[in-house]
Amino acid sequence: MGVKMSQNPQETALSKCPGCEEPLEPGDLFCGACGYDLSAVPEPPQDHPTIAMAVPAENGAAAAARTPAARPAAVRFDEPGGSGDFELAAPGAAPGVAPASTPSAEASAPAPDPRTPAAELPSTPPAGTKLCVACRAGRVDNDGYCENCGHAQPRERDHMEQELGSVAAVSDRGLRHHRNEDSFAVSTTALPDGSPAVVAIVCDGVSSASRPDEASAAAASAANEALLESLPRGTHPQQAMHEAIVAASESVNSLAEEPGQAMEHDPHRHRNAPACTLVGAVMAGGLLVVGWVGDSRVYWVPDDRTNPPARLTEDDSWAAQMVSAGLMNEAEAYADERAHAITGWLGADAYELEPHTASFKPDRSGLVVVCTDGLWNYAESAAEMAAAVPADAQLRPLHGAQVLVGHALDGGGHDNVTVALLPFAVPPQGAGSACGNT
Amino acid sequence: MANFSKSNVPQFSVEVYQNEYLPEGGREVNAIVTVTSTGGGTTGGVPLSGVAATPTHVPGQAPKAAVVIMVDCSGSMDYPPTKMRNARDATAAAIDTLRDGTSFAVVGGTHVAKEVYPGNGRLAVADARTKAQAKEALRALSAGGGTAIGTWLRLTDRLLGAADVEIRHGILLTDGRNEHEAPEDLRAALESCAGRFTCDARGVGTDWEVKEVTAIASALLGTADIVADPAGLAADFTQMMENAMGKEVADVALRLWTPVGVEIKFVKQVAPAVVDLTDRRTEAGPRAGDYPTGSWGDESRDYHVCVKVPEAGIGQEMLASRVSLILPDPSGGAPQTLSQGLVRAVWTEDMAASTSINPQVAHYTGQAELAQVIQQGLDARKSGDFDGATAKLGRAVQLASASGNEDTAKLLSKVVDVVDAATGTVRLKPKVAEADSMTLETRSTKTVRVKK
Repeated sequence: MGVKMSQNPQETALSKCPGCEEPLEPGDLFCGACGYDLSAVPEPPQDHPTIAMAVPAENGAAAAARTPAARPAAVRFDEPGGSGDFELAAPGAAPGVAPASTPSAEASAPAPDPRTPAAELPSTPPAGTKLCVACRAGRVDNDGYCENCGHAQPRERDHMEQELGSVAAVSDRGLRHHRNEDSFAVSTTALPDGSPAVVAIVCDGVSSASRPDEASAAAASAANEALLESLPRGTHPQQAMHEAIVAASESVNSLAEEPGQAMEHDPHRHRNAPACTLVGAVMAGGLLVVGWVGDSRVYWVPDDRTNPPARLTEDDSWAAQMVSAGLMNEAEAYADERAHAITGWLGADAYELEPHTASFKPDRSGLVVVCTDGLWNYAESAAEMAAAVPADAQLRPLHGAQVLVGHALDGGGHDNVTVALLPFAVPPQGAGSACGNT
Repeated sequence: MANFSKSNVPQFSVEVYQNEYLPEGGREVNAIVTVTSTGGGTTGGVPLSGVAATPTHVPGQAPKAAVVIMVDCSGSMDYPPTKMRNARDATAAAIDTLRDGTSFAVVGGTHVAKEVYPGNGRLAVADARTKAQAKEALRALSAGGGTAIGTWLRLTDRLLGAADVEIRHGILLTDGRNEHEAPEDLRAALESCAGRFTCDARGVGTDWEVKEVTAIASALLGTADIVADPAGLAADFTQMMENAMGKEVADVALRLWTPVGVEIKFVKQVAPAVVDLTDRRTEAGPRAGDYPTGSWGDESRDYHVCVKVPEAGIGQEMLASRVSLILPDPSGGAPQTLSQGLVRAVWTEDMAASTSINPQVAHYTGQAELAQVIQQGLDARKSGDFDGATAKLGRAVQLASASGNEDTAKLLSKVVDVVDAATGTVRLKPKVAEADSMTLETRSTKTVRVKK
């Protein structure tokens, strides 16, 4: 499983077999797991980790999407030179995109998983024949398993991408977990004065709880909706963030009351209430407001890299508590096996909900990185995170988020990885400083 | 949606209980599959939604059934004479329980099989007149001759095979060992009858062989039991016939589909009794095989499926087996899938997840062991290995007590003195009634379900 640590997205391309996602060693000619002929994989174009388009229409609509430009596809490096046709068009400028889909729908749909590379390419069997990604021999049954080797096929949540002009997010199952229990929501709205507000919420389901994937999805969506409701009413962003976390918490709590159909069959998952972490960022009125519960984080990476980057959140974790209580130094605390046990979360069995919020007034432009530990485990310090962020991330936030997910996957991808990037622009003459913190 | 009319069409549901999480390198996947049939039979359960209806018969009408009662008429049935009289009374009671319209016949068994009623290789159709005639014919039954059960079964098969019905069932009563034919003759008869009709088998008194009677019931997918006191026969026969009349659909098979590289370790029915089905597989297309389950009324049964999957990396997930209930099309078309469930395998780094054992799997693993140690303990006792018998029956007492199998615990307490059930400390009773040890052996495979 040893994957070479790399920050070069070009190498990201061949770090995994395009057929079965098995990690590869440099110099491999064939995949050790499925025998995929790697010499047949075209050279990757420069610096394009993942190219995504709108989610494919489930049935009838797909028939209309026959031209390469409109074909619903999510591919990784399969079309040398032709990648431009597959590139996600920027909102508002979508030449060659199917006329039926509006730019915003295009941008907001979660991308299909890039692990189904060949399935939608013109060279594959006629539509409807979906071949297994693992053995490439069996058809896929209605339950999402291969009819030959039984392997589970990638699900929509395994890899999700979204870009809304000024904010972008990417979420990936990673390499060691069987499903993606992270979730995110990004959106834009306007304050009463008409100035824009940008929202990003990232949640990480607690694996030891039941239905963590449902918890994270519910929390991200509830917090996002709460902010979209309160910010246009003129609620102060920090107050709005606090209320959003409370709303997310209630939404996760209510999951515990619904008996899931699958639960009785699955006593292992039955043992405790659905739970997740939450971290959010709001940019509005020149302020950057962050809020969190758990160990998902926000980093600040100034555009001018000569300025120091910073971490803006304080984990609700065992290690962070030990350090802040002065009982251990950081090295000792993080070396302990309990280091990552979280001490705060959203869920019916949480001790007491303590939403943390903080408000900043940046005096220079920079990038806000909102992420789960699936990313920051591979870039823990603010300096490491800044080093992993591509230099042009504020101009191409979706691309930047893709590169950061690639960074975590190259590091081993031991957890689900989710990151949202919000470029924060300050007009050159602007001045100010951090203004408060709760 | 409310269903006001009682449906006679049984609906099947399949539920899978398993811990799908495996550690790195883990290969064995265990699952308990609970199959429930409702909506048919005599109790009119609530039909389950989303399950296809069974097309074999018209809703609102009971399926056509045929039953043959095989009564032992060997010479030993006259010792004591009450045995023959009780057998006659029990058969009469069973005939009274027949639903009108059911085809039936009575066979008298000795070293040969004789048609007692109606004769001439036919079946009678039950109504007041034929029932009375059949009971009249029973008076002519007398004891004399040997025992060759294979011949009884072959005659029953001929009689039932001629009938145009959906449910074919036999009821067999014997009081002695199958002495007048070779064991392989009985085995061959069972093989030729298997899948053609189902059969309940009863041993009356204590001079019969438990393994013979249980082998008949298991091969023909029926129940086996002991009726130690002939006076209890009538009640038992009535109940068996009621069960047979409650059957709604025959020849249901449990189909297991497994992906390439997956090996089936065993398939067992584990409730209401343990029956190993592993060797009774018939191939049904690529990577699929059918295991017979016989006929179903309103009832629920549990199956334990154990498969070995190929190794896969952490984070991988695969379908280890697809379990479905299959009803063959009588006209030879494609079989109908009544319901299905999935057995999965997910490899995880989470040790707490991968090391926990599903409570259902643990429970039935214990029940299967319970049946096995009772058999081994009784065999050891018969062969004079009293230390071995004490150890095995002690373990049985411990398992029965821990799992709440009170009926079996009660039967065990007639064979051993229990010192401490929790640790399985027992002493063999110096004197054990033959009926008690035979009852324990016959009923050793009976299981209880998990306390919920």
